Amino acid sequence: MSELLSWGRYPHRPQTPHLVNWPEDVSELLATSLDSNQDTTLAFGCGRSYGDSCLAESNHVLDMQSMDRILDVDWKKGVICAQAGLTFAELIRITLPQGWFLPVTPGTKFVTLGGAVANDVHGKNHHVMGTFGRHVRNLALYRSDEGLTECSPTIKPDLFAATIGGLGLTGVILAVEFQLRRVNSSEIEQRSIKFGGFDEFFELSQLHDSSHEYTVAWVDCLASGKQAGRGHYIAGNHLQEGNIELAPTGSLRMPIDPPFSLINSITLRAFNALYYNRQRKKEITNQVGYDPFFYPLDGLQQWNKIYGRSGFQQYQCVVPQQHGREVIRDIMRQISKSGTGSFLAVLKQCGELTSPGLLSFPLHGVSLALDFPQREQLNERLFKKLDALIYEAGGRLYPAKDAHMTAKHFQQAYSQWGKVEQLRDPKLLSAFWKRVTQ
Amino acid sequence: MNQNILIIGATSAIAEAVARRYAEQGACLFLVARNTDKLQVISSDLSARGAKEVRTFVLDANDSEFIPIMLKEAWQAFGSINVALIAHGTLPDQHRTELEIPYAINEFRTNGESAIMYLAALAQRFESQSSGVIAVIGSVAGDRGRSSNYLYAAAKSAIETYASGLRANLFKKGVHVLVIKPGFVATPMTADLNLPKKLTATPDSVAKDIHRAIIKRKDVLYTPWFWNWIMLIIRWLPSSIFNRMKL
Repeated sequence: MSELLSWGRYPHRPQTPHLVNWPEDVSELLATSLDSNQDTTLAFGCGRSYGDSCLAESNHVLDMQSMDRILDVDWKKGVICAQAGLTFAELIRITLPQGWFLPVTPGTKFVTLGGAVANDVHGKNHHVMGTFGRHVRNLALYRSDEGLTECSPTIKPDLFAATIGGLGLTGVILAVEFQLRRVNSSEIEQRSIKFGGFDEFFELSQLHDSSHEYTVAWVDCLASGKQAGRGHYIAGNHLQEGNIELAPTGSLRMPIDPPFSLINSITLRAFNALYYNRQRKKEITNQVGYDPFFYPLDGLQQWNKIYGRSGFQQYQCVVPQQHGREVIRDIMRQISKSGTGSFLAVLKQCGELTSPGLLSFPLHGVSLALDFPQREQLNERLFKKLDALIYEAGGRLYPAKDAHMTAKHFQQAYSQWGKVEQLRDPKLLSAFWKRVTQ
Repeated sequence: MNQNILIIGATSAIAEAVARRYAEQGACLFLVARNTDKLQVISSDLSARGAKEVRTFVLDANDSEFIPIMLKEAWQAFGSINVALIAHGTLPDQHRTELEIPYAINEFRTNGESAIMYLAALAQRFESQSSGVIAVIGSVAGDRGRSSNYLYAAAKSAIETYASGLRANLFKKGVHVLVIKPGFVATPMTADLNLPKKLTATPDSVAKDIHRAIIKRKDVLYTPWFWNWIMLIIRWLPSSIFNRMKL
């Protein structure tokens, strides 16, 4: 069988998959020892977590992607219950023709439902809809000690809170019931506004976030001096009326697996300058399909290979509102100085809605995400500086993206982690969890 | 066009993937399998994916006396059947078949004899409606008995030989018979085998090929396509070489 890696391909720890096709396979696999040294495993979905949160400490994972059946759906109310291996891509294909869309979606549709719950994913509508976990009504888990277990905001609420954003540690998620969102069109009315600096971004955000369900910004992380903080602010709403059409499924695939990273300071500067200047006017309004609006990167399958065999790390942090502006500015200054950075530094104003999950990442504040080609010492040095800025401001890093967070920082930023550890299934353990708790 | 599809062994991974393709086109499906719970789950899944109607029938593939009852129910449910797919099967432990002859015979029944029983029973039904496609899942293994799995190969080649004659027999009635020969497919049946990644297909891509082959009324489908060439070489290997190889 082919071995699996996380999306950043760093740390390089190939995982041996064990196929799960039906719930009973989970109980069988948990009852047997998959690895002669260790007795633990972890459920694996699409492998879209960047670092080591989706890797099993034993390097043996349960491959959940074949568990992708819809168990029940009420098209009148938009409530759907499906097995945890079903992807968002499939969910859209099935629900959109009926006039329903995902309540919350991350920047890729190639995630499973189980992964969305385990990481309590958020998207461009965090300021109005919160995280995915807010829309979950019921979960079916399989625990090695209790067997089939159900939880919801009212049934076993402690287990439910530990499972939303619980990194797949509180039991193997078998099925998820959640509320869909009504739409009348498959198109998005999009406004794209160029801004020259951070102050302008925060102004735009204040002005437009309330009237747009989806907002996000792209920032040129290499621009410095007068151009520091330049970027595009993108806001959108579902079109009130229109046709419902599914996006074509075919897409390009990364044709090669280069041995070294194609991203370096030269290609990056060129790309970022081009991207910033792609739109000449200050503001453009147009209608775009849901696929290019929500999932621009899904158009190139396996784009992670662009960083070469050594892989890359994504750095995603959130800084509380009161310090957001200054800290993000300082962070960007550090990054610009380092000369490294990513195609898309993504900036998002997160809202006040809280998640039911104990380890949920977003805070009311500003979130920033960037990719860095894997370079041992350079990244380490830079991340250390950035971490210091973030933790001083009371911010935190996103476990789903992380491959470097220290145990001290994790435990400080996610003070409820002990409750999750208490409710953790003793047979489930990720490389991440071991790193930050043990 | 409204389509009525009958699937035997409906809980197998390939059959399920085929059923989804028809469900998305709004077909009516009649699903036959041994496990009630799994049938129930697959049935709700196919309805959510757009199937117009899904009926289920619980039956062990070796309970041949119930085949006529099942077929009667299927035809009563939908009036006619456009496509029947026979997809049940197991992967016998070759080594055990060499040591335990009753086990070998039992596995031959499940994989060969029972498929032939379904083919024969379906032939009568399809003949009287003078239309439709009967598809049966064979295997590339049936092309030549190899030391690693010749009991399975023998059962699959029996199916193919039978189907070939049946195809000729039903040709004039307007009924078509398709033999599907998958290579390595990542399914629960093959989960314990160490399959080479580059040669292993997903159930979904195999289902896509099957769906197309049914529409095009192909006689024999190798899926993925390159198995046609791999098996051509294996068939033509001289015995002096073949017998020495570990295939």
